[in-house]
Amino acid sequence: MLKKTGVPTSGQVEAVKPSPERLAEGPVVIVECFQEIPCDPCYTACKRGGFLPFEDINDLPRMDFAKCNGCGICIGACPGLAVFVVDETYAEDKALLMIPWEFLPVPEEGSIVKGLNREGDVLADVEVKKVRSAGSHNQTSILTLIVPKKYAHDIRSIRVD
Amino acid sequence: MNKAEILVIGSGPAGLKASLSAADQGAGVTLVERDLFLGGQLVKQTHMFFGSREQYASERGFKIAEKLTAAVEEHPGVRVLKGAAALGYYDDNVVTLEMKGRVVPVSYDAMIMATGAQENTLMFPNCDLPGIYGAGAVQTLMNVYGVLPGKRVAMLGAGNIGVIVSYQLLQAGVEVPAIIEAAPEIGAYHVHASKVRRMGVPIYTSQTVVSAHGTDTLEKVIIVKLDGSWQPVPGTEKELDVDVLCIAVGLTPLTEILFQAGCEMAYIPELGGHVPRRSAVMETSVPNIYIAGDVSGIEEASAAMVEGTIAGLTAAFNLGYGRDSYDKKIAAANLELDALRKGPTGEKIRTGLQNLKRTVEVRQ
Amino acid sequence: MRIQVHPILEFKKGKKISFTYDGKTVEGYEGEPIAAALHAAGVRVLSHSRNFKRPRGFWCAIGNCSSCNMSVNGIPNVRTCVEPLQDGMIVETQQGKGVIGGVPGE
Repeated sequence: MLKKTGVPTSGQVEAVKPSPERLAEGPVVIVECFQEIPCDPCYTACKRGGFLPFEDINDLPRMDFAKCNGCGICIGACPGLAVFVVDETYAEDKALLMIPWEFLPVPEEGSIVKGLNREGDVLADVEVKKVRSAGSHNQTSILTLIVPKKYAHDIRSIRVD
Repeated sequence: MNKAEILVIGSGPAGLKASLSAADQGAGVTLVERDLFLGGQLVKQTHMFFGSREQYASERGFKIAEKLTAAVEEHPGVRVLKGAAALGYYDDNVVTLEMKGRVVPVSYDAMIMATGAQENTLMFPNCDLPGIYGAGAVQTLMNVYGVLPGKRVAMLGAGNIGVIVSYQLLQAGVEVPAIIEAAPEIGAYHVHASKVRRMGVPIYTSQTVVSAHGTDTLEKVIIVKLDGSWQPVPGTEKELDVDVLCIAVGLTPLTEILFQAGCEMAYIPELGGHVPRRSAVMETSVPNIYIAGDVSGIEEASAAMVEGTIAGLTAAFNLGYGRDSYDKKIAAANLELDALRKGPTGEKIRTGLQNLKRTVEVRQ
Repeated sequence: MRIQVHPILEFKKGKKISFTYDGKTVEGYEGEPIAAALHAAGVRVLSHSRNFKRPRGFWCAIGNCSSCNMSVNGIPNVRTCVEPLQDGMIVETQQGKGVIGGVPGE
């Protein structure tokens, strides 16, 4: 349970997931923000209207998945590092997953790293497809990983051995 | 004697914002900082801040410190005194500063106390062993001076400071075997908890440290589960081999000078301890002494910045500066502060402020 | 133990200098707190409690708690967590309350 362990329940995770139809269309954002805290940079970062306007700064983000193209600009803007992008259309049994990364080493493109779930357990070896900076003034890296499709909604971190 | 129109004590987020807002209104500000650099505890905050654009959301704390420090140092209306520790209050609006071993009195027309807070300690057998450090102190050692606190570091306390410092320990390459929290729930923003959890750090709620062990320095701690009435459950003791234990069990406002000045104080647990009674615009019961930031009640840095703005504007206004723009600027700042405190995470501070208000009606 | 590389921060260190700690030569960086240099060199016991002589180390890092008080260049009760390190400093573990101006404390 999130407030006891830091791990959201599967119900919480399911509730913020885009519909299967939207996931089948291509890359889309998943915002794992389950607590009303005073914070709105995800909304101000998105220029496409993917985040519905906040009436109150404490609101949970509400999405218009139709407007999201999975660009990932909100990943580096989220102070809680709670934003991910999933592209289930990448291949038959593989999906692309974008995650924020603030540790060393920053993995090399093409390298194989361990994909970890929300509890830090290793689920699978994953390939690092792309590494980019979240911006010139932001030291967060955004990693694009090639993950087994069945783990696209479970892998949320990596370990570089 | 040294003369300051508005004397601001402390250059953390509250003091920096107070200085800027008062000086922008045309008042002459003297900003006093006991450290050799400005920024207070912002300088070691490597995580991105929450809040909204007005409080620099998405920017890292140390970057905000750089920005505000530059603005203060470039401002013609602000005189900065670093390495100057405020020692004591004297009648007739005088505060003494210790500067390079000398005691220097400064008189002021208005004073804004933005002294912040200090970390709480926790009592258990051998809690004084070297290796048991304040979590904020470890953050300073690590993020300001680049020195590692140890190899395996446990964290006691899962509030924002405990969880954020745990994440920063991981960033510095230190192993964090556990975050231990006596309360049944994590106090930190849950996104912070998820960040460390997915890196494999367990968070043990309803558990605490009962003793520390080591000859000259810390070698291990014993942790134990707590029952529903916070009592240790016999037989649940577990050893944890660590060379450092960080204590992150809350902060206490640094109010000594306010006590000396005779400000009416009240003990409000939700605000971190003794805090001064204040008007809606941050004036204490002693005319011309204002407060902002953690000294007025423990809260996030984003709120400290807004309180600084309010105190700075009001101190300037009461000296005759910025009379035209005051109402508009105060209204904007109050809106920001209300928004920050409005949600469920603002409940503690709202309760604390209500309880403080109930203690006595303060003059407006 | 010092951080060599960090994902977010770059550390601007002062000049490398040396000082003595209880007679031994130790290296550190100019301007960093004495306690930081000692900690980096593996020194964790900085003082002892007055009555029971229990070892005490770093605690608050803001000059408030007195747990890091040491004798520096013969001056007792220097708060080493905030006192900038200088070349050639003589840092010593303090005995008792220290001596100021030839008058020992109780």
